[in-house]
Amino acid sequence: MAKRDAIEVEGTVIEPLPNTMFAVELENGHRVLAHISGKLRMNFIRILPGDRVRVELSPYDLTRGRITYRLK
Amino acid sequence: MVTRKSRSEIERMRQAGRIVAEVLDKIGAELRPGVSTADLDALAEAHIRASGATPSFKGYPGVNPRRPFPASVCISIDDEIVHGIPGERTIRSGQIVSVDAGAIVDGWHGDGARTFYVGDPPARVRELIDLTNAAMLAGIAAAVPGNHIDDISAAVEDVARAAGFGIIRQFVGHGIGTAMHEEPQVPNYRTGRPGRKLEPGICLAIEPMFTLGTHDTRILPDDWTVVTADGSLAAHFEHSIAVTADGPRILTQA
Repeated sequence: MAKRDAIEVEGTVIEPLPNTMFAVELENGHRVLAHISGKLRMNFIRILPGDRVRVELSPYDLTRGRITYRLK
Repeated sequence: MVTRKSRSEIERMRQAGRIVAEVLDKIGAELRPGVSTADLDALAEAHIRASGATPSFKGYPGVNPRRPFPASVCISIDDEIVHGIPGERTIRSGQIVSVDAGAIVDGWHGDGARTFYVGDPPARVRELIDLTNAAMLAGIAAAVPGNHIDDISAAVEDVARAAGFGIIRQFVGHGIGTAMHEEPQVPNYRTGRPGRKLEPGICLAIEPMFTLGTHDTRILPDDWTVVTADGSLAAHFEHSIAVTADGPRILTQA
């Protein structure tokens, strides 16, 4: 059975939320609730409002995602 | 995390894979105008259970948690790409029919698919079917230690591009082991990132999905069946393989 692809998009961090979650506005205007990926945490990479980030969206809930990369 | 399976674990996946191949052989033999997709599913389930295995698709969750997959095989006809649900539909001459099957032996999974044509296909459809299979084999050939996932994706993509087929992007191949879908994802096109480095013991399901038109997909109101957005015909082939030091080992054969 084929697996649904996790969709990767880019967006801008709008505001930090409790529990290291972030509101991110995507290029298409959608707002998603995103958490920081373990890799970013492990390498102590801080995410601040205004950062452009790459977000991996769950194909099962397009309003939730995981921040996987902070773009320069 | 991508896991590497031991030799004995791969042997059990081989058993599951053999049963999957037998199911596809049986369905291929029974596929003719007038047979219902429900009958084909019943045949598949009976064979899986009689072989001492469990169907892996039945009860598998999808986009809608309230509607898990209700059958043992996916039967996708014409513009349906994957995840068609067996039911009352009967097979007719001139249809392109993809069948996907999965089985579990001792907790280890096998997953495979083939596309058939009922009757004599037009030349372009014959090409679609043959080249989708060839793309899968090219992807498998690239699954050697030292290569990366992207090398598999590139091999698959190149076959489609040379022939001018649409490449489905929203559904991907996947790792396989004690779960049907494990990491890593195996896209059928280059993503620009190399992906996981391949090592012996990594088990993957490589499954190109090509169309005669667009790469865009839609999901039907049954929350499962994936169709081409423009109604064009689609083909799908899948093998579960193990990466070994001596080259890729196809698990889903008889």
